[in-house]
Amino acid sequence: MSTRAAPLLEASDSSYKLRKAKDRLIRGLCVAFTLLALVPLFSVLYYLTARGIGGVNLAFFTELPRPVGETGGGMANSIVGSAQLVGLACLFGIPPGLLAGIYLAESGKGGLAKVIRFTADVLAGVPSITVGVFVYSLLVLTLGRFSMLAGAVALAVLMVPTVTRTTEELMRLVPEQLREAGLGLGLPRWRVTLKITLRTALPGIATGIMLAVARVAGETAPLLFTAFSNRFWNDGIDQPVSSLPVQIYTYAVSPFEDWHQQAWAAAFVLVVFILILNITARLLVRHRVKGR
Amino acid sequence: MNLEPAEPVVTAPTPKVKAPSAPGGAEEPSAPEVKLSAEDLRARFGTTQVLKGISMPIEARTVTAVIGPSGCGKSTFVRCLNRMHEVAPGAVVEGRVLLDGQDIYGAQVDPVLVRRHIGMVFQKPNPFPTLSIQDNVLAGLRLNGTRVPNPAEVVERRLRQVALWDEVKDGLDRSGTSLSGGQQQRLCIARSLALEPEVLLMDEPCSALDPIATARVEELIHELRADYTIVIVTHNMQQAARVADTTAFFYMGELVEYDQTDVIFTRPKQRKTEDYITGRFG
Repeated sequence: MSTRAAPLLEASDSSYKLRKAKDRLIRGLCVAFTLLALVPLFSVLYYLTARGIGGVNLAFFTELPRPVGETGGGMANSIVGSAQLVGLACLFGIPPGLLAGIYLAESGKGGLAKVIRFTADVLAGVPSITVGVFVYSLLVLTLGRFSMLAGAVALAVLMVPTVTRTTEELMRLVPEQLREAGLGLGLPRWRVTLKITLRTALPGIATGIMLAVARVAGETAPLLFTAFSNRFWNDGIDQPVSSLPVQIYTYAVSPFEDWHQQAWAAAFVLVVFILILNITARLLVRHRVKGR
Repeated sequence: MNLEPAEPVVTAPTPKVKAPSAPGGAEEPSAPEVKLSAEDLRARFGTTQVLKGISMPIEARTVTAVIGPSGCGKSTFVRCLNRMHEVAPGAVVEGRVLLDGQDIYGAQVDPVLVRRHIGMVFQKPNPFPTLSIQDNVLAGLRLNGTRVPNPAEVVERRLRQVALWDEVKDGLDRSGTSLSGGQQQRLCIARSLALEPEVLLMDEPCSALDPIATARVEELIHELRADYTIVIVTHNMQQAARVADTTAFFYMGELVEYDQTDVIFTRPKQRKTEDYITGRFG
């Protein structure tokens, strides 16, 4: 057997070597460009840490900004403000996004579904500042002032398409057999959707939502003329509120050296928050999968 | 038995429902108890006619096998028997299916309730991946909002019924998908049985299983025959010969021949049936 097979297995020397060489070349290119793509990512992280970590201290998390000329102070109001804005945005943005996604996955056929899907895709690509302008005319002009409400609505509008499409795609990934199993057990369609399809897709949807949250947490442009900014604690949902991204912008373009330092610190803190959100989302999913 | 919604429609008369006198009496001279009866059942997907008028009575507490080449409509047929066919987009059913004389396609009938009386086991084992083994058994009850007073007892009884108890009793909290394919399929059967159906439809329940798991499911079918009316679709003619009392041969959406299993396999009356079982086509 082996003697007969030998001539078959011995490929012509040159073609085999050529193939090997090509393989090495393409492999090398892939690795090189991957590393190249990682350079900006890691330099951003490194630079932020190097410049920002020095400005992070207890006062940064607990104190209000000091007036111009006084050193020290912190960004407590911006940290709380960002949390409030993102929390409210979730409250406004997740329910419509989730329900639209369920609709598209479970009963969305025909014209209306196409329109919704297309709108969501377009909305996902709209520059965030455009959303800011839209909410400015919708809420800021009608209410007569910048407000936390307007900022949260702007962020919510940015979240909706991501949540919608994530929900739809993940619910579609749930095998049709599971829906049939539910229907075959005499469950009404709505219970199958809620307790089987949505339940099965939930870990993935939760990750998608976390990523959407992480994205809007770093948005600056739509907040500039909706939530605006506030040097003090926010006084209510109808009042302007300070947020980390806007504060970073304000401080970074200021002429004061200690403000620059604070902007670096704020940027560092923001990135750490977003990293934590992302990692939590991923761990959540990994945990679920392992549990199976 | 009541297939109509829980609140009885007081004004609704029931003249449309035929009296439960054996509707298939003409074909079955001995006139045993007919559990389920298709009458001129037609089904289509959009404009593609899949079933072209099937009339077929099914006796209570027997196993009926449905055989035929791929695309002959056998799966569609059983899916029509518990109103699962219409779930697919564009699927239409015409004709009647009588369960104890009551048309499950009647205007007052809730398809969801039909499916609780007529259970279904699918080709691919499909336990719910997010639920544990015991919760899978209870799924049909719990997900419907039924309070189960003694869940442990129900779980043990149903898992014993499908001969799975000894294999899983120490790991009832594990996910239903952690089991092997054959175990999963038996779990799915247990899940159907927990709803106490009268009829069990099985759509090629063994086609994804190895021979040993298949043998166990077949054994189980033998045992269930005492209490349930079973309709099994199968690709495997030996399986039909092993498990079924009666066998129906479908071809191109029509019922070609329907008789005692040994008659079908030893002296079929139709040429087509003979060609199929001897392997000349299909």
